[in-house]
Amino acid sequence: MLAKDQYLAYLNKVLGVLKEVKTRFGRFILLTVFLTPLLTMMALAWISPVVLTIYLSFTDLNIQNLLTFNVRLTLENFGKIFKYDPFVPEVLRITVMYVTSVLFINAIYSLILSIVLAYLIRNEFLSIFLRVSWLIPRITPGIIYALMWNWFIDPRSGLLNPLLQALGVPAEWLPRSWLLQKPYSQLLMIIVNGYVGASFGMIVYTAAIKSVPDDIIHAAKVDGASDLQVARHIIIPLLKWPILFVTAWQTLSLMASYEQILMIWGSGGGGGYRGITRAAGVTVWALYSYTKAFDDFEYGYASALSLLLVIIGIALIILYFKIFGFRRLMEPSKVEV
Amino acid sequence: MATGGRSSRSWRYVSKVLKVLVILGVAVIPLIPIWSMVAWLAIQSFSKKVTLGLVPLGLSIENWRFLWSPVRAGLKEYPNIWPVTINTLLLALGVSMLVVLVSTLGGYAISRIDFKGRTLLMEFIIALHAFPSIILLIALFIILNKLGLYGKGIITLIGIAIIKAGLEIPMSTWIIKGFFDSIPWDLEWAALVDGCSRLKAWKSVILPQVLPGIAAVAIFSFLAGWSEFLLVFTYVKDETYYTLPVLLYHMIGEFKFIDWGLLAAMGLFYTIPTLLFFTLTQKVLLRIYVGGVKG
Repeated sequence: MLAKDQYLAYLNKVLGVLKEVKTRFGRFILLTVFLTPLLTMMALAWISPVVLTIYLSFTDLNIQNLLTFNVRLTLENFGKIFKYDPFVPEVLRITVMYVTSVLFINAIYSLILSIVLAYLIRNEFLSIFLRVSWLIPRITPGIIYALMWNWFIDPRSGLLNPLLQALGVPAEWLPRSWLLQKPYSQLLMIIVNGYVGASFGMIVYTAAIKSVPDDIIHAAKVDGASDLQVARHIIIPLLKWPILFVTAWQTLSLMASYEQILMIWGSGGGGGYRGITRAAGVTVWALYSYTKAFDDFEYGYASALSLLLVIIGIALIILYFKIFGFRRLMEPSKVEV
Repeated sequence: MATGGRSSRSWRYVSKVLKVLVILGVAVIPLIPIWSMVAWLAIQSFSKKVTLGLVPLGLSIENWRFLWSPVRAGLKEYPNIWPVTINTLLLALGVSMLVVLVSTLGGYAISRIDFKGRTLLMEFIIALHAFPSIILLIALFIILNKLGLYGKGIITLIGIAIIKAGLEIPMSTWIIKGFFDSIPWDLEWAALVDGCSRLKAWKSVILPQVLPGIAAVAIFSFLAGWSEFLLVFTYVKDETYYTLPVLLYHMIGEFKFIDWGLLAAMGLFYTIPTLLFFTLTQKVLLRIYVGGVKG
């Protein structure tokens, strides 16, 4: 009797465990099915290249030992960056100038633009039309944007020089080639990327401005506040977080960006981007690293150059998590255009 | 008081003028280059010669000759447009399909299944979203090379599609997760109570609810693949396997001195899917906001 009870209890226990194992196992299978593709792709496209970049920067990988992968571990690459490469100081100067100027457009100019578009312009249709127009540089495929700019700045058939002359700029101030002559080419680089970046700030800011309660603005207006005062004392203080967010986000993406520069100068220069970007003084850090890898075939050195960007990137992202917290960082991901 | 009233009226007038000037100066005048570029692309592609880029002199379809005859510059003959278009299409479709498959699965897991390290995974995805992938190009090149996918024609394009999809996946997974989040639990419970397995409930009850999200992700990743330049430019050296943006890149330098019309026509041809999809996407987005179940 007792033995049977015990036996039954024991059986129940075993069955319970089996059931538990089954649900757990089912769950595990479910999770594996759903998560494996995601994790595999992330490992392939993100984690392994980051790890590989770190490793390669300590090697002398170049065109000669690419196939055998018979590399030597060395610290030479970093010595080269910090001491011996004569071109690094200039690249650094160009990069700092590029990032700060475009950042100014992306964070500050787009703020003014958004206040104008979302607050000053009361006509909804006009506001939408202008907003869509400002999105064009971002929506257009990069190579088309490059093609259009190449035409626009063309000294013979383009519109830029005639426009400037019509505005009263003396002909002798205008360059014969916007692509090649130095201060002009660098100005062009800033403007071209500024147009693309301005819309990012615009999307984030206009959404934030629209969410400012109307009552506050009305109350201020009734008290006799001018539009300027409303903008300065009500809207801008409420946009503190979006401004910080746009600045942070754009700093990182600007430091690493070079695709637009490569496309405009490379295509305009007949396919070879290296000489023309150097002559025009538009070789930013990331582009320099790209050139070192795919033109000079010094993969190890190029990796060391981009490792610095990877380190800055990771440091900045950790900083963002500290500043914004997880929640705030997640929100804007849905408005990506 | 009376004078005060008048001066405040004239002040109001001045401030109104100022406001219009600010609107013009900040939001309208800087758009003149952009508007004129777009107008140029459309006008130039249909006329042989234009003055100041915007005033056409006669209508012509000769610029579109690349559709039916080979394009030459001197001795060089450029690859035919149609195989290149098919390459571009295959790349874009490959990216789109992979992204949809992986992010629909992953997005559901993150949204609905509780597991260890879920928050960590979410944080990691957001971090990747912020991280500029473009600086990983060198390491990706070495990986492609070591996997034996470099310089192998169509196989290289497949490799590029996988890489591009991998780079797009954190963002798209996040978007799809948002859609799964907005489906009420009750719906899934009901299916489970009715005896569906979790997998079946996912397939037949949950998935139809997020179709707008899947469509949006599919379109965005298709366009990302369609306009991908750098990966193809860097990894594909054989002209037969060029995609449209890379072909255009190599043609601009040659034809900008002789034939802007051809470039504009090719540019317009290449932009058609982008234009098409952006008008369509608006509808999809509208459906996202108007229809469907909101949590």
